[in-house]
Amino acid sequence: MTTDIFLWLTQDGVTNGAIYALLALALLLVFTVTRVIFVPQGEFITFAALSLSLLEAGRTPGTIYILMIAGLAAAAIEAFGALRERAWRRLPRIVLLYVVLPVAVAALVAWAAPRRFDQWIQALLVLAMVVPLGPILYRVAYQPLANASVLVLFIVSMAVHYVLTGLSLVFFGGEGLRSRAFWDAKFKLGVVEISAQSIWVVAASVALILALWFLFERSIYGKALRATAMNRVGARLVGIPIVMMGHLSFLLAAFIGAVSGILIAPITTLYYDTGFLIGLKGFVGAILGGMGSYPLAALGSLVVGLLESFSSFWASAFKEVIVFTLIIPMLAWLSLRSHHVEEEEE
Amino acid sequence: MNRKLIAMLLSAGALIAGPARAEVTVGVTLGATGPGASLGIHYKNAFQLMPKTLGGQPVKYIILEDGSDATNAGKNARKLITEDKVDVVMGSNGVPSSLQIAQVAAETQTPYLCLTPIAVKPEQYKWTFSVPQPTELMMGAVAEHMKANGVKSVGFIGFSDGWGDLMYNATSSLGAKYGYKVVTNERYARADTSVTGQVLKIMAASPDAVVVGGSGTGGALPHVALVERGYKGRIYHNHGTVNAEFIKVGGKAVEGAIAPTGPLIVPEELPANHATKAVSLDFTKRYEAAFGAGTRNGFAGYSNDAVMLLGAAIPEAAKKAKPGTPEFRAALRDALENVKNVIGAHGVYSPTAANHNGLDERARVLVRVESGTWRLMK
Repeated sequence: MTTDIFLWLTQDGVTNGAIYALLALALLLVFTVTRVIFVPQGEFITFAALSLSLLEAGRTPGTIYILMIAGLAAAAIEAFGALRERAWRRLPRIVLLYVVLPVAVAALVAWAAPRRFDQWIQALLVLAMVVPLGPILYRVAYQPLANASVLVLFIVSMAVHYVLTGLSLVFFGGEGLRSRAFWDAKFKLGVVEISAQSIWVVAASVALILALWFLFERSIYGKALRATAMNRVGARLVGIPIVMMGHLSFLLAAFIGAVSGILIAPITTLYYDTGFLIGLKGFVGAILGGMGSYPLAALGSLVVGLLESFSSFWASAFKEVIVFTLIIPMLAWLSLRSHHVEEEEE
Repeated sequence: MNRKLIAMLLSAGALIAGPARAEVTVGVTLGATGPGASLGIHYKNAFQLMPKTLGGQPVKYIILEDGSDATNAGKNARKLITEDKVDVVMGSNGVPSSLQIAQVAAETQTPYLCLTPIAVKPEQYKWTFSVPQPTELMMGAVAEHMKANGVKSVGFIGFSDGWGDLMYNATSSLGAKYGYKVVTNERYARADTSVTGQVLKIMAASPDAVVVGGSGTGGALPHVALVERGYKGRIYHNHGTVNAEFIKVGGKAVEGAIAPTGPLIVPEELPANHATKAVSLDFTKRYEAAFGAGTRNGFAGYSNDAVMLLGAAIPEAAKKAKPGTPEFRAALRDALENVKNVIGAHGVYSPTAANHNGLDERARVLVRVESGTWRLMK
């Protein structure tokens, strides 16, 4: 292996690793706050990336239907509860959040799609479509079971994943899409040429990680999230609204997923089911980091990215095998080290 | 009163479930969801355009979904044969799925029109008829073109699945005859986000040409990566790659990509005396009228040609037995071995006992991406 091949592979690994790091953070955030192993995290990537490609082509992405369907489902659940408790005053808020908001976003996108606005505006539209899906999903699928065991929540996650992948196939079709690069420039750095897009990816990841750190350390919401992650009962005792923290963590997860999707859309061809595999690698990264620490999860993801890149050079047929085998020794070590805590802590 | 009703229902049921039927039943299993969805959707679409009578017999199609999963495909085939008593099975859009169906077909002695190019075990060969062009026929066109252009070394990059294996084996086995050597065997998955490592390895071997063993838009990723890294040689694809989405995804980078395909992709450009011109043109027109301009693809053509072959074999089989019986299935199998010059959208089929495909060079053309569309290479 020559130096320039080494540098190329490193660059490629860091770019992918940065995306995995973002996803690892989102997975970790959701897991620690709500104990949900959020398998559908990858679907946000798919939705965002494919929506962006379709908006570029001047077509209305099917994401708006997914958003409206999910919104109506959430509204139905909320309204049913409100009617049963005869809490009429809750109805306007429910209608506003779960019906008016999704429909307004859908109308805006349908209006904007054929007009082919600037790429930045399209990215904002994508965020508007994908980010509300996070809290809505939490409301529909997870909130009714918030106190169930990790295993039950995991099974729910699998179900949500299959539903979303199915919807994705219906609305986006089976063929892959790829969007234009935000910035086409290339920089020469010695022998290696670095594309502006990969600089974007790394810069955006670092910025997002710093923003998350700031949120957790400085803001009251971040502190409440951390408190919930540490001890749910304790957090509730000191007056932290656990349900709201669930919504907030899913909102952040959807936001991170959507940003990853927008970043990755110009780099590769994405299919209706690609997000799952990307999300899974983020999960491997989070496990490598011990499934408990944000910096370690980011580091673990970087390792996954680099390993993937180098193994694709040495033994491309076994690339996935190598990456996924990595978690076995880690899981063994984690389970040996942990003093087993029963699930029902509360 | 109730007893009367039950008796009536029972007798009606006996009528429906009777052994011999007036119509030929075609059982199809395809995966329009799952990893093979991009192909399966086209295969499935084509069945909407298929005639309701074949060779003078009414035909019923039962189409099941297998989610591109081999186990499901096998289960579906068994269900179609044992429960629905179909006379012939067709499917599926993946090599592993098709192998499963071939096994069930041989076991139950049901003729099987396979829609993917597969190599079945000798004992299953009797019942399996492969509709698509054999891989060697298709990649042979690529090998000829490489020889004509003095290619001595070839880099290979393909899917890490059965399709990739098929393409690698075809490319490397033709090497001795056409005087080139395959110097790399790199693999990637359709869902991969990057093929930098594989491409660097190919660049390091500096082959005269590269063959990509992907399919659909999946073929674009290595092509784009090779062009981005400044690879100057020709890049060849295979017949699984030829569709409009490939160009949409690959953009300017895939200009000049060469691939073999069936004549139905470029029927307008075929010479007037080409054997399949009329049939290919007609099918492509009907397909695009139903599913939109630019949706033409090879996969739908295989569904069409399987039905055409069946149509050619039915009259002979109908003379010997009634549909819905084992005798009819056996007669159909024999008839499929003896049909001559069946003109399909992909080529002219003349299967024999030794060759259950029966296509020749007329079933392949080379196409190249020129200013954003697939054009016939003259």
